[in-house]
Amino acid sequence: MENKVKLMQGNEACVEGALAAGMKFYAGYPITPSTEIAEISSLRLPRVGGKFIQMEDEIAGMAAVIGGSLAGLKSMTATSGPGFSLKQENIGYATITEIPCVIVNVQRGGPSTGLPTSPSQGDVMQAKWGTHGDHPMIALTPYSVRETFDLTIKAFNYAEKYRTPVILLLDEVIGHLREKIEIPNKEEIEIFDRVKPSCEPKDYKPYRVEENDLVPKMASFGEGYRYHVTGLVHDETGFPSNDSKIAEELVNRLVNKVEDNIEDIANYEEYMLDDADIAIVAYGATARSAKSAVNEARENGLKVGLFRPITIWPFLTKQIKELTKKVKKILVVEMNLGQYLIEVERAADKGATIYRYNKINGQLISPDEIIKKIKEDIYA
Amino acid sequence: MPSKLLQKYFRMDKLPHIWCPGCGHGIIMKSVVEAIDELGLEKDKVCIVSGIGCSSRAPGYMDFNTLHTTHGRALAFATGIKMANPELHVIVVTGDGDSAAIGGNHLIHAARRNIDITTVVFNNNIYGMTGGQYSPTTPTREKGTTAPYGNIDKNFDLCELAKASGATYTARATAYHAKMIKDLVVKGVKNKGFSFVESISICPTYYGRKNKKGESPDMMKYLKDNSINVKALNKLPKDDLKDKIVIGELYKNEEAEYTEEYQKIIEMFRQEV
Ligand SMILES: Cc1ncc(C[n+]2csc(CCOP(=O)(O)OP(=O)(O)O)c2C)c(N)n1
Ligand code: SF4
Repeated sequence: MENKVKLMQGNEACVEGALAAGMKFYAGYPITPSTEIAEISSLRLPRVGGKFIQMEDEIAGMAAVIGGSLAGLKSMTATSGPGFSLKQENIGYATITEIPCVIVNVQRGGPSTGLPTSPSQGDVMQAKWGTHGDHPMIALTPYSVRETFDLTIKAFNYAEKYRTPVILLLDEVIGHLREKIEIPNKEEIEIFDRVKPSCEPKDYKPYRVEENDLVPKMASFGEGYRYHVTGLVHDETGFPSNDSKIAEELVNRLVNKVEDNIEDIANYEEYMLDDADIAIVAYGATARSAKSAVNEARENGLKVGLFRPITIWPFLTKQIKELTKKVKKILVVEMNLGQYLIEVERAADKGATIYRYNKINGQLISPDEIIKKIKEDIYA
Repeated sequence: MPSKLLQKYFRMDKLPHIWCPGCGHGIIMKSVVEAIDELGLEKDKVCIVSGIGCSSRAPGYMDFNTLHTTHGRALAFATGIKMANPELHVIVVTGDGDSAAIGGNHLIHAARRNIDITTVVFNNNIYGMTGGQYSPTTPTREKGTTAPYGNIDKNFDLCELAKASGATYTARATAYHAKMIKDLVVKGVKNKGFSFVESISICPTYYGRKNKKGESPDMMKYLKDNSINVKALNKLPKDDLKDKIVIGELYKNEEAEYTEEYQKIIEMFRQEV
């Protein structure tokens, strides 16, 4: 069969990717610039036997998504800035209870209601640290419509594989961008489904990790394995415990199941880095401008390359360290005041110099601005 | 020897419960389980969801699919579960603070949708778990740790709230009327839609002590002496009703149920792929 070629918006590609990954439930509350994700989901889901519900607010949307996933359906919600803040308590709940789900945040300018229809990359830190306590986080950032399709599938796969909420960080530009994309055939798409228990119900320990397993096996409510789920620290039976040893082991296990598998989760692109003197680090819409800037710089004889993190969390410490060893000069470009920069500085090799270019006025960073920064500040 | 009911429906290894001696919550929990027993529901098809609070610790003791969620959000979680698997009998057990303060918005919207969930509120008129602060059902002028001079808020009539929001079944009983709670929950579960059963509980530890209501037996006696069955209501002069707890089935109506309506959409618009 021919692959389907379509003109599609980023937000639409997100829904199509989710459906390809097996999404059967969406619950959320509309907010610009993520709204199309809700609208298209409401149209598409019943056609594939799935369900959409518009909840009363973002908190409820997140709660319903967790309930839906626990009852057996692959579930997603989408939001933006203020709505993402509202979801945080329940994102933490999904983390400690290990219930797979996908949260899309089409970032807009903040703080507060901020800049509703303008692009921003201001939620990088919120994606990691928005919910309280120590916890793992997987967050992915696409830079094109096709990549939005692919990464939404990946987000579901990681969610199921690592039994954790996964955040897809778009920005307004990518969400609303229209591009021609080729939708892959079903057979080309790799899908991961949660591993279910096969033991006798009486022997089921909902939070025990069996030898050779990454995470505990997950039964859906209603399948005959009755068990208890709580946001309190719990032991392998799922019941609350105040034991400090159990608390420590649980939180460490949650964090480590992601951190120890960083190579599986690490997605990034290297562009013209082989002989580069300077590397730009940029992601999302900003990486599009950065790529143009690299091409232009090369035409001017400047040896500039691009490192594009696709996995934002867990942080690509090893890759960034290698990069700073190799090029010694790095320019981190972001539509925020330097949220990813902090992490790059932390990971950088001692001898490296880190430059920054930031913007928070709701305008996209242009290739010209990046070139100017390189010529005037770095090469000068 | 523990009773048959205990052995059949409770997680014996999780007992004794954490509630204070004399707390009304245990009685209400037992009535809910008796209702499930009378209905003959398959344990694997029952899902009990709670938020956070003393009352919300009940699911931990009950041997079903149980979910202890975040404060106030039980109904939103339950909505996702019911949508994903309408075969499950979803029962939400929640406190007055959990359901009517932080979760008030979820309550009115779950009721508005008439989704087939039965909500049992353990209403002790106070925040028990956090140590006795006033709640949306603490009567005006009564005290809580955050209302040392008497609370000036008006209190909610939760059944009226649920009915006005769209619940198709509302009822009330008290911890003194344990059998009635059971009967009302049975009817609530049978109702295809959003059912709301307010169960007046007692918290001798905080509400009782703060407001000089005596010990647990005194508070139970108060519930007994001050409850009026809704069936007897018309026969009484209006003045006699002041401060009385009206118990029994308060409202019933048949309306389209949410998950069934959604199923119709699926059947109409589903495309074979
Ligand atoms: C977001 C959030 N806010 C506050 C709390 C603290 N808290 C826990 S239980 C509770 C009140 C519970 O009162 P109620 O629902 O009436 O139940 P009860 O304990 O009286 O049975 C509060 C305020 C919390 N856990 N989460
Ligand atoms: S504090 Fe009150 S509500 Fe909580 S267990 Fe004790 S008596 Fe019951």
